[in-house]
Amino acid sequence: MIPFDFDYYRPDSIQEAVKIYEELDTQGKQPLYYGGGTEIITMARTHNIFTKALVDLKGIPECNVLEFRNDQLVIGSTVTLTQIFESRKFPLLGDIGSRIADHTAQCQITLGGNIAGTIIYRETVLPLLLSSSQIVIANESGQKQVSLHEVFNERLQLNPGEFIVQVITDKIYTTLPYVHVKKTKYEKIDYPLMTVVAVKKDEKIRIAFSGLCSFPFRSMKMENALNENSQLDVRINNALSHLPTSILNDISGSDKYREFVLRDTLINTLKTLEGVGLC
Amino acid sequence: MLIIEGKKVIELYVNGKKRNVVVRPADTLLYTLREQLGLTGAKPGCENGDCGSCTVIIDGWPIKSCIMLSVDAIGRNIITIEGLKDAPIQKAFVENWGFQCGYCTPGFLMVCHALANMHPNAEEHVIEKWLESNICRCTSYEEIQAAVHAILKPLS
Repeated sequence: MIPFDFDYYRPDSIQEAVKIYEELDTQGKQPLYYGGGTEIITMARTHNIFTKALVDLKGIPECNVLEFRNDQLVIGSTVTLTQIFESRKFPLLGDIGSRIADHTAQCQITLGGNIAGTIIYRETVLPLLLSSSQIVIANESGQKQVSLHEVFNERLQLNPGEFIVQVITDKIYTTLPYVHVKKTKYEKIDYPLMTVVAVKKDEKIRIAFSGLCSFPFRSMKMENALNENSQLDVRINNALSHLPTSILNDISGSDKYREFVLRDTLINTLKTLEGVGLC
Repeated sequence: MLIIEGKKVIELYVNGKKRNVVVRPADTLLYTLREQLGLTGAKPGCENGDCGSCTVIIDGWPIKSCIMLSVDAIGRNIITIEGLKDAPIQKAFVENWGFQCGYCTPGFLMVCHALANMHPNAEEHVIEKWLESNICRCTSYEEIQAAVHAILKPLS
């Protein structure tokens, strides 16, 4: 049971959502935008989050889109991980979502919720970073479409009152050869010890990580090192020298163990993408 | 815009019937089903979205009712274990001994029923993926899997 009360608002439009959020914020109700609700409910139950008002975005038509428009895939922020997987419109994104929590939870977890949530892994952002996706953000001034790279630095950098409406990806990225590896400590269903995602575009490998450090990231310096024309172990050593911060050292795995797993995973990833292609 | 401020009467569509319930917006669907409607088939287990014993079907998809708000279910089609009337999966569970203590059984039944409706020709890896959402402390997993196989029609 959630041990405090809040009010619930389900706006029908983007404008209504922004307006009611602003009003509730002015009233000191510490509003939260709400998608699938899995994170908010579990955290509220354990006193790790507090609000006096939820603004549910699922009633907004633009947030429920999942379709190709011309040469771009448009995915609304309240589309669930299961819907993305079942559609097979972006197999890499679908596969990553299908390893977050369990299948039933995936029927509820939304793309926007996973990207903007507080849990550090945010694995669905990885293929979006690799495909240089655009993100549509709503705020009191209207809507803006920006590169995900501009607003995702360790976590999504949104201002109060802003929310994700859609993610837009060029169609060409949805069919690239890819590797997706998720390692967990014991069980198949768990937070990642490490998730590695890589695609091959124009004979170059793009790669992103979650669970390796305290935030998900794509590093151009690491990619450049891995794409060098030298021996595999040299490239991997160079790549590791460009990690953006220290490797996580926690109950899921020590930093030394994670580095060991990373090296092994990088070898297999590079061999796969430089060899037979799609896996 | 749908607005629910404070404790209110809301209408839910449960097992084919419109039902009025009094809820706080913070009430989970599991709580409302059990305490307001007396539908105690959905079981409280972990109440953290991990065990699956509270699973119901919403608009055709399995959903853990402990991590869904009652107000979130307004306007949606809710099916609980009480709404399954001699569904094939129920018979298959009995015939394959797909239960021991029975506490997790309603949740498993709802997942399997949804799977059979969504993917009547599901392959093995799909069955395993769907079943991974639920935990059986008595470890009846093999029998449950056999029950699912009994009602699916694999593509030849």
